[in-house]
Amino acid sequence: MMDGFLNTGLGTAVLILAQSLGVIAFVMLSLLFLVYADRKIWAAVQLRRGPNVVGPWGLLQTVADALKYVVKEIVIPAGVDRPVFFLAPMLSFVLAVLAWAVIPFHPGWVLADINVAILFVFAVSSLEVYGVIMGGWASNSKYAFLGSLRSAAQMISYEVSLGLIIIGIIISTGSMNFSAIVAAQDGNWGLFNWYWLPHLPMVVLFFVSALAETNRPPFDLPEAESELVAGFMVEYSSTPYLLFMAGEYIAIFLMCALLSLLFFGGWLSPIPGLPDGWWWMVAKMWVFFFLFAMVKAIVPRYRYDQLMRIGWKVFLPLSLAWVVIVAFLAKFEILGAFWARFTLGG
Amino acid sequence: MTVADVAFYAFALVTVASGLMVTLSRNPVHAVLWLILAFIGASGLMVLMGAEFVAMLLLIVYVGAVAVLFLFVVMMLDIDFAALKGQITHAMPLALLVGVVLLLELGLGIGAWVEADGAMSLRDAPAPHGMDNARALGLILYDKYIYLFQAAGLILLVAMIGAIVLTLRHRKDVKRQNVLQQMWRDPAKAMELKDVKPGQGL
Repeated sequence: MMDGFLNTGLGTAVLILAQSLGVIAFVMLSLLFLVYADRKIWAAVQLRRGPNVVGPWGLLQTVADALKYVVKEIVIPAGVDRPVFFLAPMLSFVLAVLAWAVIPFHPGWVLADINVAILFVFAVSSLEVYGVIMGGWASNSKYAFLGSLRSAAQMISYEVSLGLIIIGIIISTGSMNFSAIVAAQDGNWGLFNWYWLPHLPMVVLFFVSALAETNRPPFDLPEAESELVAGFMVEYSSTPYLLFMAGEYIAIFLMCALLSLLFFGGWLSPIPGLPDGWWWMVAKMWVFFFLFAMVKAIVPRYRYDQLMRIGWKVFLPLSLAWVVIVAFLAKFEILGAFWARFTLGG
Repeated sequence: MTVADVAFYAFALVTVASGLMVTLSRNPVHAVLWLILAFIGASGLMVLMGAEFVAMLLLIVYVGAVAVLFLFVVMMLDIDFAALKGQITHAMPLALLVGVVLLLELGLGIGAWVEADGAMSLRDAPAPHGMDNARALGLILYDKYIYLFQAAGLILLVAMIGAIVLTLRHRKDVKRQNVLQQMWRDPAKAMELKDVKPGQGL
């Protein structure tokens, strides 16, 4: 009876709605503990205790914070462009969630299995810059505007190298679908089949570019407290501010998901013989988030000219050269299917 | 109406309405934001036509990069809107003339439109069977038209070099950061620890 209902038009709509809600619930639940983990790791590095009062071990601290943000008063500065001012945080939150529509967690567990999935994620993350620009401009404040200009320049610069790194993966796989990319990393050697080995230098570049793309420390110039107070978020309070922060953390988690899908085999098990499944995917995402949090705690902030120099003069040439090298290695099938996984018929 | 029809009308309505708002909105920044919405609507229409690769490229290149530059330029412009509005009445007859001429030309062009037999069935131009359109585009662009593609790339390169040459100037009066010099500095030579006696200073 259930099968019959699901085949009708209404049943399909209900099913898609339920699946979307499932993904959003996963993202929001992860968000609660991402913020907690970020603060806890940061505190541990600095020999502090971190959040420890609300709930057992402070686990519910983020819930309390979110409630606090929601019930606070929304302060609207004079001279703001109201529609744009409120559109900006909503846009950055919605876009951050939207990209999860094409992320698979388990064989077949994906909302939209489209064949340009990587480009979709890339397009959505390139739209995220508008949340920042609109927020900074509509605030009618110099600090916010300077912060948004910095942020936009930074995000556009690092998108270039991210895109070139992804092209290397696409060349190796011969497909832009995440499921196909993960399937191409399957093999008898467990974690030595994954793309981190053939694409080793690019893993580091992708990680650093992801830090810059999501405005994480050490590249958090748009909200450098010492010079710009809080960058494009200066004038935001209450729920709009919450949306900005939530969007930022969701974008970071998306970068963790991309790292695990593109370079670390997604849901594949690292040890041959152990069953594959979504638990590996989630575990890998959390490992990468741990690295992001450690970078935040350990590395000092870059100067703005250093940030731009690394993006354009170091990362862009390196990733461009890597595209040419991988194209060569894959075309002439050096070392068999080490780079040319598409020859395996994935 | 199927779901695709509903989606088509929604995207078409968004595209046309935001295109209209680009010209109607008083604030230039709002106009650029409406333009971005028009781009997004157009890419939605392309997805519905089965050209998802082009749609994503439109989003990445135009919305993600070109429109950001538009927005930058427009935000930085310091325009006095009251003065601009005063000039509108002066330029109105000329603008109306240009508009009417353009409209007539469009009308004549579309009125004289002759359609080849079977053109309507070809207008989708779907990708070859069993091939997604990114692969089909790649095969055409990099196999069949590789020289034209390379020539287009060269033209862009020349344009880029020209723009850089035109705007490049070396200013002597600014402080430049030499990153390599900064990285190779020896901490032992750069810092000196002094034992300062209380009440004396250096």
